[in-house]
Formats: sequence, structure tokens, C-alpha cells
Amino acid sequence: MQVYLDNNATTMCDPQVVEVMQPFFSELYGNPGSLHKYGTATHPYLKKAIDQVYTAINASDEDDVIFTSCATESNNWVLKSVFNDLIVNGEKDHIITTEVEHPSVLSTCRWLEEQGVKVTYLPVNEEGIVEAHTVKSFITDKTALVSVMWANNETGMISPIKEIGEICKEKGILFHSDGVQAVGKIPVDLQDVHIDFVSMSAHKFHGPKGIGALYIKNSQALSPLLHGGEQMGERRSGTLNVPYIVGMGKAIELATTDLEEKTAAIRVKRDRLEDALLKLSDTFVVGSRERRTPNTILISIRGVEGEGMLWDLNNSMIGASTGSACASEGLEANSVMLAIGADNELAHTGIRLSLSRFTTDEEIDYTIEQFKKAVTRLRAISSSFAKVQPTVGGEAGECHIPHHMAH
Amino acid sequence: MAKDDLLGASLWDAYSDKVTTLMNNPQHQGEITPEEAESHGNKLIVADFGAESCGDAVRLYWEIDPKTDKIVNSKFKSFGCGTAIASSDVMTELCIGKTVQEAVKITNIDVEFALRDEPDTPAVPPQKMHCSVMAYDVIKKAAGLYLGVNEESFEEEIIVCECARVSLGTIQEVIKLNDLKTVEEITDYTKAGGFCKSCIKPGGHEDREYYLVDILADTRREMDEEKMKAAADAQAEGAGNFEEMTLVQQIKAVDAVIDENVRQFLIMDGGNMEIIDIKKDEDNIDIYIRYIGACNGCASSATGTLYAIESTLKEKLSKKIRVLPI
Repeated sequence: MQVYLDNNATTMCDPQVVEVMQPFFSELYGNPGSLHKYGTATHPYLKKAIDQVYTAINASDEDDVIFTSCATESNNWVLKSVFNDLIVNGEKDHIITTEVEHPSVLSTCRWLEEQGVKVTYLPVNEEGIVEAHTVKSFITDKTALVSVMWANNETGMISPIKEIGEICKEKGILFHSDGVQAVGKIPVDLQDVHIDFVSMSAHKFHGPKGIGALYIKNSQALSPLLHGGEQMGERRSGTLNVPYIVGMGKAIELATTDLEEKTAAIRVKRDRLEDALLKLSDTFVVGSRERRTPNTILISIRGVEGEGMLWDLNNSMIGASTGSACASEGLEANSVMLAIGADNELAHTGIRLSLSRFTTDEEIDYTIEQFKKAVTRLRAISSSFAKVQPTVGGEAGECHIPHHMAH
Repeated sequence: MAKDDLLGASLWDAYSDKVTTLMNNPQHQGEITPEEAESHGNKLIVADFGAESCGDAVRLYWEIDPKTDKIVNSKFKSFGCGTAIASSDVMTELCIGKTVQEAVKITNIDVEFALRDEPDTPAVPPQKMHCSVMAYDVIKKAAGLYLGVNEESFEEEIIVCECARVSLGTIQEVIKLNDLKTVEEITDYTKAGGFCKSCIKPGGHEDREYYLVDILADTRREMDEEKMKAAADAQAEGAGNFEEMTLVQQIKAVDAVIDENVRQFLIMDGGNMEIIDIKKDEDNIDIYIRYIGACNGCASSATGTLYAIESTLKEKLSKKIRVLPI
């Protein structure tokens, strides 16, 4: 059996999505910008996809949802254009974000700092959540933008978006949220919350890779990131990616129709898996289940290094992920893990399991069995569980070469 | 960055088959109890290195025959990734059958080599080299415990690059000798900074006591100061008259400059040089030298070292000088 439990990284493209995309490669391949029927033939399908996206996030007709290449582009667009519009060509000089954002926000913010922008990286509480009052306390007259992710990719923890939205509205400050891990997992109702910009990505909800969107409230001003054409009302140039837009429309519709029902089924499996894994001694899961996306578990297993655990799971054909320093190319301890501040230990023993609506009960059973097997094997090797103590003087000191903090 | 780098390499694919095999099935994983060692009349040494909060930790067990100092059995326990476990396993393997004094000589490079499938293909990607360093460190610690000395006494020099085990002295030396101006050049000459890159500058994977950027800056400053001092000395001594000196005087003057500025570095490398002859015409003063010991046939003896000798002599004695090794 093989089990894919890395759905916060990317998801399987739903075969129904692939099917609706199919005609737009070799049959209805016209450029939507053309005047001839080859081009205009695509319009009804694009219009349908746009409707599907607006419906899924409950956007109003006054709002814009602009298709982009991915959420990284959407995040870059908001940050760089707010910088251009309100800081370079305005009176503001400050952006607020959090320590646990995706690199497409964090790295862009660091680049903005190099351009002279003041950036505040808000700390999170022990559950990995930034609290609304913290956001409020850092807002100044010079703050141009608050950017807080809707749900976190590593922990699944959900931010108090509604409260932060109210604060920003009251203070008259732009509010952006990276909604990549929220759309399709939890209700995203843009009439219920006040947000100016929301980034999303199709491949996180069983759509294709290479297509995302940016929601812009009330079609408000935001200078374009890409210039060069009249597409998307001149807000985002580049020939419309017709098959992928159609695919994203279908995917978001499938993901958000009967959301409660679908996520309840995922939640049951997730909770069953979590309960079973927590029966192992010396384990803990980050964040309460109520405040977490229904598909995510970030579990720490004492004495088992994350990459080693991934290795054994991979040998059992289970795909998971880790925030462990050892697994990443750059070797830096994961900034989300460090931000939670779990003794630095979680950064090396954390395993993330993220389910999808395609995860089956049999897969959960198999995962429980293989997970326990891997923990047993690796703990048998682990120095953390060794019985014979070091010779006097042979004890290791404190970690003398601490991992460099991300910021 | 180029075509081959467009897709980040897959970390695990870069592991050798030996790393994979030993991670899946380590041969020397386990513990040796004091009772077990005692029953054989042997001494047990158990040493820890690293910590869970650092990301990797290893516990090394040595059962040593006190009469011969020979490690008759060895086991390990390890918290770490596949490379850490495989490195620990092969380190244990390398220890068995050696005396403690011999085991101390095992370096992380030996461990990494033992994990290779092919002699020329690294067993692990550069960012995993630090896992084998842990093996080196824990051996030192165990030996220190057994011999009752501080483990640092095995460390002859300050190590700047843990991955390639390059010392501060070596780095300073190659900078001076080869007139190195960039960190990349240091890496090319010594391999320091070529692996996990932590030692290049602050902000890498690990915090270090010494960084290549600082060593380079300090050494270059030192070189500039030496140069200025030498120039001043030369002027004070009237070395400007070199061209007018007799042959014997010239040989003595050249020898003095070599003694003061060059010879120490050659000796450090196990070599030396001697002056054979000096020939002069209108435009040039040609100094013929012969390399001795390790310098003889050394690649940089015809390039970097030669350049350093020549430029020093030009600086101190005469611009007309050319140095010709024979």
C-alpha cells in the first residue's frame, strides 16, 4: 500500500478536474483576447470558472479575483505593490506580518527591509497563533499593510482573521491574508470577514499546479506586478491560462461544495490517526484540534529525528513531511517550529501528516501500523532511549552550536 | 547556478548505497553494559556527543582491553537522520580492533570515505558532511575519558572548517603564501567552506568561532602591514643598493629576505629552498633557486609559492629580480 499524507505541500489533481481541462489544450485553444471565434469560444468556460471561484469564497460582484501563476506570485504582488503605492509613492513606511508566514511572504518582507521598509514580524503563542491584540498593539500611523496567513501550513493553526480584519478596518489599514491553507479546508466567506487581499493556490485543493489567484476587495487600487497586456482588466498581464483557470474553477467548486460534510469526514480520519499516534509515549501534537485545519497533524516524537522518521515512512511508501532542520537543503531549523518555541526539540522531531478527501480508512490503518513500527525501530537506535549512561565526564554539554535563528 | 542546478538535487538520491544500507540496517547499533565489559575483564567507556535539541546526538560505547588499550568491541546509539546513523555505524566499525591511540587518528574524512561506494563519489551531499564530524568528535571524547586527558589535547590546532577539518594555521598560511584575495580561492586551495558553508560567514547552519571572511580580512591586513614594514626596513637598510652589491652580498641579502618572509612557510609544509646562483644583465637580475623536500614537485612551487618568493624579493631588494626554480 502507498499513502500520500503530504497534502499541505500539494494535492493530487482530482480526475474530474483533469477531465474539464482536457478540451482547452488541443480543441478550444484560442487566445481569449482574440476577436475571432477561436478566442471567444473559450469565454463561456472562463466565465463559469470565474463564477465558481466567486461562489466558493463568497466574493461580491464589486470585488476582483485575478488569476495568477501561484500564491507566491499573489503574495509578492500584494507586498511589492503596497510598497510601491503606499511607501515609495506615499507617506507610509511600515508593514506588519508574523514569524510563521510562508517564505513567499517572509522572504519578500526581508527584501522590502533591504529597500528601507520597516517590517514587524509578530510572535505567535505556544499554539502557533498570532493573537489579534498583538497585531493591534504594533499598528502605527505609518503602517501600510498587515499580512497574516489564514491557516498555517506546518501546524494547520487558524489565525483570528475576523478579529484582525475588524482591527484593520477600524484603523484604516490594508489587510492581506495568505489563504492557501484555508481555501477548501475551512469556510472562507469574504462577506463575513473584512480582508482587502487574499492569496490562494489551486494545487492545494486538488486543482492543477501553476495557477492561483488574488482576491482584491472592491476592485481597489493595487499597481500590477506584471505589465504588458490588457488581460484581467490590465491588472495581471499574460495570456490567460485557459485550461488551468477552468481547472481551478472546477477544483474550488468540488472542494467547497458541502465543505462541512467533506471536512467532517476528513476530520474523523485525522482524529483517529492522531489519537492512535498519541498513544505512543513521549509524543505531543501542536495546537488544539478546534483551532486547527481538519486535515493536519504536527506531531513531535521524542528521540526520533524528523528526517530519520521520514526515511522509514518513505520505505513504507508513506509520504509525509518534516520541519526538521536535517531534512531541508539549507539545514536551518524550521522558522515555524522555532517560533512556537517548543524547546528547539520540536524543530528536530516534528512530523507533519496532512490528509485529503481522498485519504481512506485503510490508509489510516496502514499508516498507524507503519508509523508505530518506524518509531519502535528508530527509538531502539536512539541515544535518547539508551539505558547505559555515559562514563563520568562523557556527558554531552548543552547544544554548543545552536541553530541560527531565521531572523 | 546553471542548467544542472535548475531542479534542486534530491537529498536522499545523493546518498551512497552504503549510507542507505546502514541506515536501514545498522550493524553496530546497541549498547555494551558495564557487566558485560567487566565479565571479559575489560574497561567500558561511554561518551556522548551532540544533543537532541541540536538535531543530532550520538552515544559511543567502547569495550577496551586495559592491557593492550585495544578496542575489542564497540556499539553506538544515535539520534539523527540517515547520514548520522550510517556515519555512527561505520565509525564504530572503524574503531573495532584499533587501540585507543590509533582510533583517535580516525577523522570524519575517514568516516565519509568508508561510506563511499566509489572512491571518487562523495557518500553524502555537502550539507550532510557535518554528520560525520560528530563521529570524529565523539571518538576524541571517548579517548580523552579512557586516557584521562582533555579531549582538546588531541586537537593540535584550531579547526575552522569542521567538515574538511582545515585549521586556522593552514588557512592563514595559504592566504599569505598564495596571495589569496577571496573566500572562493580559500575554498579552492583548502576545501574549507566547501561543504556545509557554516564557516564562511555568520548566519550559516551553525555558529562558529572563526569565519573565513574574518580570517581573510585579518590576514590580508597583516600582510599589508608586513609589506609596509618590510618596505620601511628595506629603505632603512639601504637595500636600494642591491644592484650594486657583490655576488656574495647579494646572496646574503636574498637569503635574509627569504629567511624573514618565506622560509617559515615552506618549512611548515615540510619543504625548503636554497639559492643556487645569481646572474644579472642590464634589465634583469635572475635568481636561480632549488626547492627541497615537499616543495619539490609541489604544484604551487611553480605558481603561487614562486610568485610569493619573487614578489617579496622584488618588494624588498630590486624590481629587476626574477626568480627561476631549477
